[in-house]
Amino acid sequence: MSSQRFRLREAGRLDRNAPLKFKFDGKIYEGFRGDTLASALLANGVHLVGRSFKYHRPRGHLGVGAVEANALIQVGEGNSTEPNIRASQVEIYDGLVASSQNRWPSLLFDLGGVNDLLGGLIPAGFYYKTFMWPRKWWMKYEYFIRRAAGLGKAPTGRDPDRYEKMHAHCDVLIVGAGPAGLAAALAASKTGARVIIADDQQTFGGSLNRETDCYINDKTTVDWCKDVVATLEGLPDVTMLPNTTVSGYYEQNYLTLLETTKPHFFKSTIQQTRHRLWKVRVKQVILATGMIERPLVFANNDRPGIMLSSAIREYINKYGVTPGQNPLIFTNNDDAYRTALTMRQNNINVVAIVDVRENPDSELFRQAKEMQIPVHVGFAVVTTRGYSRIKSATIMKLSSNGKTLTGERKVLGCDCLAMSGGWNPAIHLFSQSGGKVKWNDELATFIPSEATQNVLTIGGCNGTADLAKSLKEGLQAGISAARLSGNKAHPPATPSVQEPVQSETRFVLPIPTQKNKFVSEKVFIDFQNDVTLSDIQLASREGYNSVEHLKRYTTVGMGTDQGKTSNVNALMLLSQILDCEPEQVGYTTFRPPYAPTTIGAYAGRNIGNLFSPVRTTAINPWHEEAGAKFEHVGQWMRAWYYPKVNETMRQAVDREVTAARTNIGILDASTLGKIDIQGPDAAEFLNRVYTNAWLKLPPGTSRYGLMLKEDGMVMDDGVTTCIKENHYHMTTTTGGAASVLEWLEEWLQTEWPNLKVYLTSVTEQWAVAAICGPKSRELLQELCTDIDLSDKAFPFMGYREGTVAGIKARIFRISFTGELSFEINVPRSYGLSLWEKLLDVGKKYEICPYGTEAMHVLRAEKGFIIVGQETDGTVTPVDLGMDWIISKTKPDFIGKRALSRRDIIKADRKQLVGLLADNATDILPEGSQIVEEVLPKPPMSMIGHVTSSYFSPNCGRPIAMALIKSGRDRMGQTVYIPLKNKSIAATITNVNFLDNVSK
Amino acid sequence: MIEKREKAKSRTSTHKENKYSLFSLAKNAVSKHKNWSQAWRSPELKPEYDIVVIGAGGHGLATAYYLAKEHGSKNIAVIDKGWLGGGNTGRNTTIIRSNYMWDESAGIYEHSLKLWETLSHELNFNTMFSQRGVLTLAHTEHELKEMTRRVEAIRLNGIDSEVLSPRAIKQIVPIIDINPQLRYPVMGGFIQRRGGTARHDAVAWGYARAADQLGVDIIQNCEVTGFNIKKGAITGVKTVKGEIKANKVGCVVAGHAGVVAEMAGFRLPIDSRPLQALVSEPIKPILDTVIMSNSVHMYVSQSDKGELVLGAGADSYNSYSQRGSLNIIEGMLAAAVELFPVFSRLRMLRSWGGIVDTCPDASPIISKTPVKNLYFNCGWGTGGFKATPGSGHVFADLIAKDEPNSIAAPFSLDRFVGGYLIDEHGAAGVAH
Ligand SMILES: Cc1cc2nc3c(=O)[nH]c(=O)nc-3n(C[C@H](O)[C@H](O)[C@H](O)COP(=O)(O)OP(=O)(O)OC[C@H]3O[C@@H](n4cnc5c(N)ncnc54)[C@H](O)[C@@H]3O)c2cc1C
Repeated sequence: MSSQRFRLREAGRLDRNAPLKFKFDGKIYEGFRGDTLASALLANGVHLVGRSFKYHRPRGHLGVGAVEANALIQVGEGNSTEPNIRASQVEIYDGLVASSQNRWPSLLFDLGGVNDLLGGLIPAGFYYKTFMWPRKWWMKYEYFIRRAAGLGKAPTGRDPDRYEKMHAHCDVLIVGAGPAGLAAALAASKTGARVIIADDQQTFGGSLNRETDCYINDKTTVDWCKDVVATLEGLPDVTMLPNTTVSGYYEQNYLTLLETTKPHFFKSTIQQTRHRLWKVRVKQVILATGMIERPLVFANNDRPGIMLSSAIREYINKYGVTPGQNPLIFTNNDDAYRTALTMRQNNINVVAIVDVRENPDSELFRQAKEMQIPVHVGFAVVTTRGYSRIKSATIMKLSSNGKTLTGERKVLGCDCLAMSGGWNPAIHLFSQSGGKVKWNDELATFIPSEATQNVLTIGGCNGTADLAKSLKEGLQAGISAARLSGNKAHPPATPSVQEPVQSETRFVLPIPTQKNKFVSEKVFIDFQNDVTLSDIQLASREGYNSVEHLKRYTTVGMGTDQGKTSNVNALMLLSQILDCEPEQVGYTTFRPPYAPTTIGAYAGRNIGNLFSPVRTTAINPWHEEAGAKFEHVGQWMRAWYYPKVNETMRQAVDREVTAARTNIGILDASTLGKIDIQGPDAAEFLNRVYTNAWLKLPPGTSRYGLMLKEDGMVMDDGVTTCIKENHYHMTTTTGGAASVLEWLEEWLQTEWPNLKVYLTSVTEQWAVAAICGPKSRELLQELCTDIDLSDKAFPFMGYREGTVAGIKARIFRISFTGELSFEINVPRSYGLSLWEKLLDVGKKYEICPYGTEAMHVLRAEKGFIIVGQETDGTVTPVDLGMDWIISKTKPDFIGKRALSRRDIIKADRKQLVGLLADNATDILPEGSQIVEEVLPKPPMSMIGHVTSSYFSPNCGRPIAMALIKSGRDRMGQTVYIPLKNKSIAATITNVNFLDNVSK
Repeated sequence: MIEKREKAKSRTSTHKENKYSLFSLAKNAVSKHKNWSQAWRSPELKPEYDIVVIGAGGHGLATAYYLAKEHGSKNIAVIDKGWLGGGNTGRNTTIIRSNYMWDESAGIYEHSLKLWETLSHELNFNTMFSQRGVLTLAHTEHELKEMTRRVEAIRLNGIDSEVLSPRAIKQIVPIIDINPQLRYPVMGGFIQRRGGTARHDAVAWGYARAADQLGVDIIQNCEVTGFNIKKGAITGVKTVKGEIKANKVGCVVAGHAGVVAEMAGFRLPIDSRPLQALVSEPIKPILDTVIMSNSVHMYVSQSDKGELVLGAGADSYNSYSQRGSLNIIEGMLAAAVELFPVFSRLRMLRSWGGIVDTCPDASPIISKTPVKNLYFNCGWGTGGFKATPGSGHVFADLIAKDEPNSIAAPFSLDRFVGGYLIDEHGAAGVAH
């Protein structure tokens, strides 16, 4: 085990009394509670933690948080491993296991590193130019390319953790709890507004956590933060969400927040919620997302040990770790001086500050001088050396235009390099919100301009660099947001601030390289995707000059950091190459999420049993007990058939079908869609949505109807009953219930708003037992004494209300089997008891429950259609031979016009016919295609397909229905069903098998 | 302004390399890649063209390419309101297959698939067409029956397809959950092994480069704002860069077809809706096939870079904003985790949307229009990337001959008058 050589004695805010052990690449290291994997590795002097995507260059830690492009780590093992985690975003815990990715055989010696030497052969987009020979070899190349690509590894099994979702509304959502965000929260919350403030770090404070040279109201920034947080905690309407990344900004101020609820250091064996996805609707959003530091663009700027200057400050002040003992600072602005000073204060020997500016003049500069830190002004780092960690940097003087180098090369030894190339506001969410951005010359970056939703930007996100101004903007925004969302407010007093004053930045991009004949040194723009300066130049040379083309051709900004540190540099370079303003080059669109977001969190609890609700009927417990086999019908589970011991499906279905025709069968028909229709225009409405006539249906009777789409194709069918005047009960197919209701509502609400009709889904309100067969009347009579069931008093298609087995019931005399049948509807809660009673009393009639399969056979025997089986959205009523159901006299109904169109009235349309296999033992597979002539091999021209096919016990042979071109003209013709191994001959017949096929 | 400078630059450059090969790559490595020529020029808009193609998506660029190559048309422009390939071509999930049920669909998509098989060579640009197979799952009894119908139709049309048992599926896709206790268990499926994916940008760029080399002018950032029509025939196009005369105009603007048709004075039976897609962070290969599922509504493949590429259905409202709603993303990711439990701990990297143009029958329009010499190619909806070469090929033929060939004919606008619809809804709930 290594000691923490780079741990500072004093700095930092972690629990030094809680040492923790963790493993990285098999080696055990020690850190403290409060460390991240990155800070703990740095404490142990470990910079080399990964390999780059394309060239497999050794890489270390670049920044902190979501900006990290290099230090991507595989954390955990087996089921709970996670790839591509930024080392600075993993809190360590005792026993943490982590490893490096995308290297073989080891991190230090990675074979993929040869790509770095091949660099010349594999510039941006090289794969578009090659891998085409020999022809057809792409799949072989691809195999290797795929294996070389990818970063970490997926888990090996089911996720042991759990995810939740949370819906919330608030007046003000503040994104980012740095100084600006905290000030905004303070101001807004005091008005009584409902405030949510979220920050992706565990401790609020943002940039304040890394600074020791500022004071607010004479307090250290950390103390000020603590006070504000304590105040906010005491307010009832403030929700504080640390460890929460605001990831998406959608329309109507709808945002997603991903909260990490399971602290990484807490390893547990019980299933726990790991993330909570918040979905928040906000009146006013305040973006206080701060700024992201920009790398400098110079040769070999990617070696382990080269880090963003602000990150180094954070490691020192927050984690008490120094990334090096001999650091070199390379900057184009004042801010990096703060890093140098912080290091000096911690007794670290700063090798030098290399500043591209020719005459920096600021308090910070003078302080550095006073502390005797060597400063090379007008100099630049032109290259670096070192394999697993930077060893030295070469510096040279810059010409006054920054385009060339002059003078002597100086080599400075160092073990870490802090670079600072300026700052970019984190405008990602602003851009996601639809806001427009504009170029700011002074900062050389894009800042927010016009908002399109209710959103304010403050502090760094707005391009404001200094603390006093950020606090002021925060307070103001907090007040105005609270006001805009309807709360009264007075502006609070502005705090007094002490902070270092900063002078101008000099943008030198790229840092010129020294001409070197032998090796071309790589200048990286995008670290993760290995996009270099010459890639950008090449792309532009080849005409990929739109930012989007540049991005896609070079892959700049397409890594897991989404270009947080690379995009602005890339487009500045492009604008230089094209010799135009960056504004004209424009910016690529930011796409959600802000940072990669766990997929499981979006799935939430909607997986497993809750993926989609299972709908069951009131009678379901009985089916289960009876050992029924079930079938999925949409969300419903329906009893399919009820096999007895040792019975095959075919035997069970045959038995059920026979019983229904000889004695009584009973079917649970509760799943049929049911819509209650009321209102003075109900009859007119039905008349328009069905093809047949509905205006004169008397109360107490039912009618079968077909619904068409506008294109004349059958959409649904069912029986609708007039309960009483202006009150109807519609049934739909089981699968169509929801879509039919939606369809009817759409017509009512958008096309016929003048009709007074009210629709209510009552599918779940009624349980339905359908009894069918010659003895069904006798059975019903025993249980129902208040209705005259005689054929005369209660004819076919009649409807009566009465009492069955003591339960108030609606009885419909309708039939889907061609047998005498009654459909008894009772309130759902009585369903099971009705069913049991019917079975009990039905025993003496040899009543037999039948499932959906028998139902299908029974209706097929009579040639009745099933929508979705005989129809598929391309079938008209005429095709089905159901011309009788189309009213010739009605002025209009949905689909009427379509039915008279040229191609709809053609004689050679596919028509529904019966099909009997010539060999009476062959059951034609449902869905199989039909041809006139079997050819030795495909292609063969098809004339139709088998829509339904069963063994019919009542006909004593298999029967089938089919849609066949000009089918009705082909009665008696032989057609063929060519299957893979054999062909079956069949004869076209009428569809009413029961009445036509003799046994 | 950008274009002017570029032009100046391209005029001065000499000895440019414009043939791609391993040899040219090696040769150029020596000269530090300084001598590659531009993939396409950025020419100035001319006042007059024989043929103007509106929309520099894959379909528009392919149309121009085949017009120039196979019909000897000269003086062609492709104009786009943004950057070439920036529409659905550059936003789609690149599933390519031809296993459609109806003969007419099989006709166009198989024509296209055959062109895909030689496209990289045809264009001298590696489109990375990867025939890794497209596997469609069935999760209910009903879907199994539907599958039989589709598979048999495909087979008899002479197109490859293979029915797979859950076990066989598990062998091809080890990470899939085939537990029969699942809410919608995997009951079977079928695969088209010749199907797969391609690199979408490469398709746009490859066609652009090849068309450019044949003299086609590609004009970007040139939005069409109207048409000049005389006596029912097209005479020119109005753009933000000025008016151009044209003898024939082909319009291939996908989600904006309805808008552009209105400029020409007619309406199209097209719905424009957002369709979303997303990718995960890149990981080492875990999925070598394209998987599609209707009941567990989503589809997924893994790109060569290692990202999982996921999609599902379109949003249910009409819109021209290229953003969809969150619930679609939540639904597709739940579906993904349901089938592939190991996805749960992976992370979504990017999500985006495109505007898809769907016809009532979910089939495209390749057609003459009420305006003479104005042709429309649209309605590809959620699944037109796979058709890019075939669509461009037959559309070029239509424009050149003013008559559709047998592959294009069923897709005329006239079908909405006559009622001969090619309804692909039933055949594919997730139609990509
Ligand atoms: C998220 C998503 C996933 C998809 N997945 C698949 C899939 O897996 N497989 C598949 O086969 N298909 C898929 N598709 C569909 C496929 O992308 C499209 O059908 C296909 O790319 C359309 O190509 P196109 O060239 O016609 O259109 P586009 O690429 O959209 O090109 C149209 C062009 O017209 C331009 N334009 C518009 N209006 C004007 C104007 N007024 N003036 C000038 N130019 C104009 C646009 O800028 C655009 O560049 C998907 C689509 C999306 C959105």
